[in-house]
Amino acid sequence: MAPRIVALTAAGQGVALIVAPRVVALIAALAVAGLTLGPVGAVLLRAGGWGALGPGDGQALRFTLVQALLSAGVSVALAMPVARGLARRRFPGRGALVALMGAPFILPVIVAVLGLIAVFGQNGLVNGALRALGLPEMTIYGIHGVVLAHVFFNLPLAVRLLLQGWLAIPAERFRLAASLGLTRGALFRVLELPMLLRIAPGAFAVIFVICLSSFAVALTLGGGPKATTVELAIYQAVRFDFDLGRAALLSVIQLALALSAGLVALKLGAGSGFGAGLDRGVTRWDGQGVWARSADALWIVLAALFLLAPLLMVGLRGLTGLVLLGPGTWIAAGHSVSVALVSTALCILWALPLATRRGELLGLAGIALSPLVLGTGLFLIVRPFANPFALALPVTALVNALVSLPFALRILRPEAEAVRADYRRLAQALGLTPLAWLRLVLLPRLRRPLGFAAGLTAALSMGDLGVIALFADPDRATLPLQVYRLMGSYQMAAAAGAALLLLILSFGAFWMFDRGGRVNADT
Amino acid sequence: MKATIFAAGLLSASAALAETPVLTVYAGDSIVSEWGPGPRIEEMFEAQCNCDLQFKPGDLLPRLLLEGDRTEADIVFGLNTDVTRKARESGLFAPHNVDLSPLTLPIAWEDEIFLPYNYGHTAFIYNTERLPEPPASFDALLEAPDDLKIVIQDPRSSVSGLATVLWMQAVYGDKAEEAWEKLAPKILTVTKGWSESYGLFTDGEADMVMSYTTSPAYHIIAEGDRSKKAAIFPEGHYFMVELAAKVASTDQPELADQFMAFLLSEPFQEMIATGNWSIPAALPREKWPEGFQELELPEKVLFYSEDEAAALRDEAIEAWRRALSR
Repeated sequence: MAPRIVALTAAGQGVALIVAPRVVALIAALAVAGLTLGPVGAVLLRAGGWGALGPGDGQALRFTLVQALLSAGVSVALAMPVARGLARRRFPGRGALVALMGAPFILPVIVAVLGLIAVFGQNGLVNGALRALGLPEMTIYGIHGVVLAHVFFNLPLAVRLLLQGWLAIPAERFRLAASLGLTRGALFRVLELPMLLRIAPGAFAVIFVICLSSFAVALTLGGGPKATTVELAIYQAVRFDFDLGRAALLSVIQLALALSAGLVALKLGAGSGFGAGLDRGVTRWDGQGVWARSADALWIVLAALFLLAPLLMVGLRGLTGLVLLGPGTWIAAGHSVSVALVSTALCILWALPLATRRGELLGLAGIALSPLVLGTGLFLIVRPFANPFALALPVTALVNALVSLPFALRILRPEAEAVRADYRRLAQALGLTPLAWLRLVLLPRLRRPLGFAAGLTAALSMGDLGVIALFADPDRATLPLQVYRLMGSYQMAAAAGAALLLLILSFGAFWMFDRGGRVNADT
Repeated sequence: MKATIFAAGLLSASAALAETPVLTVYAGDSIVSEWGPGPRIEEMFEAQCNCDLQFKPGDLLPRLLLEGDRTEADIVFGLNTDVTRKARESGLFAPHNVDLSPLTLPIAWEDEIFLPYNYGHTAFIYNTERLPEPPASFDALLEAPDDLKIVIQDPRSSVSGLATVLWMQAVYGDKAEEAWEKLAPKILTVTKGWSESYGLFTDGEADMVMSYTTSPAYHIIAEGDRSKKAAIFPEGHYFMVELAAKVASTDQPELADQFMAFLLSEPFQEMIATGNWSIPAALPREKWPEGFQELELPEKVLFYSEDEAAALRDEAIEAWRRALSR
């Protein structure tokens, strides 16, 4: 009798291992769907139906697609050699460089644009050097400027995602490759290419989607109405024309584009992982030649220069402004930090059960939906029950978590799936309860991506202006809002100071979590 | 016993709080911030009203239209003429009942609902050290060499951008699209809002920026810098005014009336010049702060009524978009 009971209990726990997570995943999925479709529905209901597209919307749609495709393509293509270089080389300061290179991704748009212009603009460093050499000057304004800026924002993300893919190839595979005497080409074909095919489409999709809703960057660097994006049309519809039907229509088009990109990526990136290893430090026998070493070094140096120079300019511009900051800015900084911490916790809890293929697709909706429509819809939903002013910070935290979700999922999903594929049978054989599985297997093995995802979420939430425009509270401004307010009041120097503070805080949060995830990890 | 006294104290304190009437004012972000006029307006008005003035920042009209007559706003502060028509049609606003005779605007103003408190004009701002000889007229700007670089704002996302398009329309009429085409090679870029443009200009990225005739006053008064000037064109400059209105569903009608009257009072008018970096709407020039008296202002002022502007707006924006898309 006793053995039967044990067997039954084990079977029950096996079922629990499958059923309980499904329920949690379903709840998490419903929350995402509700938070994205709900606001669109509310806006549509209020508008009383779909609006018509305006003149120029076709052109805007075309431009939006082209720039997003280019930006995502260039980001991922450039990320490959850079990530490979970082995966193959060990050098002092490598960890710091990898962390620092992530900083552009978390800068508020306006700050990053001014930093880029300080380097590539009419009066920037590059043109200064070109003038000194007697060469013709470059201009940053045009579609190439838009792509340049988007690559600046997203290259770090692509590099980190690919680097993570490289580091997830177990050391034993490289050992085997070395003992089999695989040539460089064969090693690439057998180990690196399958990994790239698995990781790159997802990275491309998430960058494509984030570039779809680009607005201020595209406009400022695009040089004029040729560079109009759909998001600008939505902005115009909501803020100027109060044409909610048109805003709803445009945002649904945007959402459909994003989800199609996600579906394609899902189809393309469907390969399986490399199986489990023994978590040894990876030693690479390949790529030790002079050429390979110099190529890696060149890529790393170029990427570092491209990403760090504008950041340095943001820092220099902000130094003098730092002393001009009033108490209001420090209070705003406090709000931003607390919002970021709450968003991070929320986002990670949300992402864990959704770290599956379908979950990742669903998660894309969070960045695909126009922030303006999201904000307006939430306002319409919340308004009958509570005062939106009082909810400014909680709503910001919630929306930040939603918006960061696709990034967290992109980071977590490949490794979470690998852990499930590699250890599920063992867990079932051992009869692990869902909690024990989480505590003993999933979380420890996801430590590195979890730290990265949490860092990114914290930094994004610090920098994101999100939907706060309709939920603003005079006494609870966040730091990005403060930067805009300062600029709107001619306080350009103080704004630069506040931007630097924001950069420091965002980066600090990112570093703290990311570092926490990499303690004892050989990367 | 102590607890009861404490509780009673709390009760009476909150009762006292509840007795202070609250005037809720929706205002733009830049007004409410610590560098805007908001804090001073609050201080000055609370000193005379025995009330609690609360600013609520954010998008003014979109939010009010979403809320309808259930809004908690008593006053809306900071509307522009490009939304007054939509605002008027909503029926959400009540007449201000303020005597308009003290107004010192360069145009006639007889609106019963929207009350102006400060104004300015569209203008291209330049740096005298970088551009010692700016174009002397709009025509001269169009004919200037293409290496003269200007930054403007998008009329679809910014108030000043829309004013620029209407300015061009008022100066060139049917020829506005051709004029935009001539200007196009000189336009370094178009930004989402005024802040981005002005930031680019102060960073030395462009020679001229589309801004307001009043911008130099900030540099003179706050920074002692006289190198930023507005290029004054004989063809005229477009008039930009900021307005306040009383919300019809207000639960504090007397306080709201008192606030509207306060807007044209001399103390408010003297404060608003440096508070909002704009020209007071009801104050003779000799009473303006010194930096403002130095300003070069246009003799000819152009302005479309809200109906004219509404009729012209879409076509003017389209002309701009077509010309700059080529």
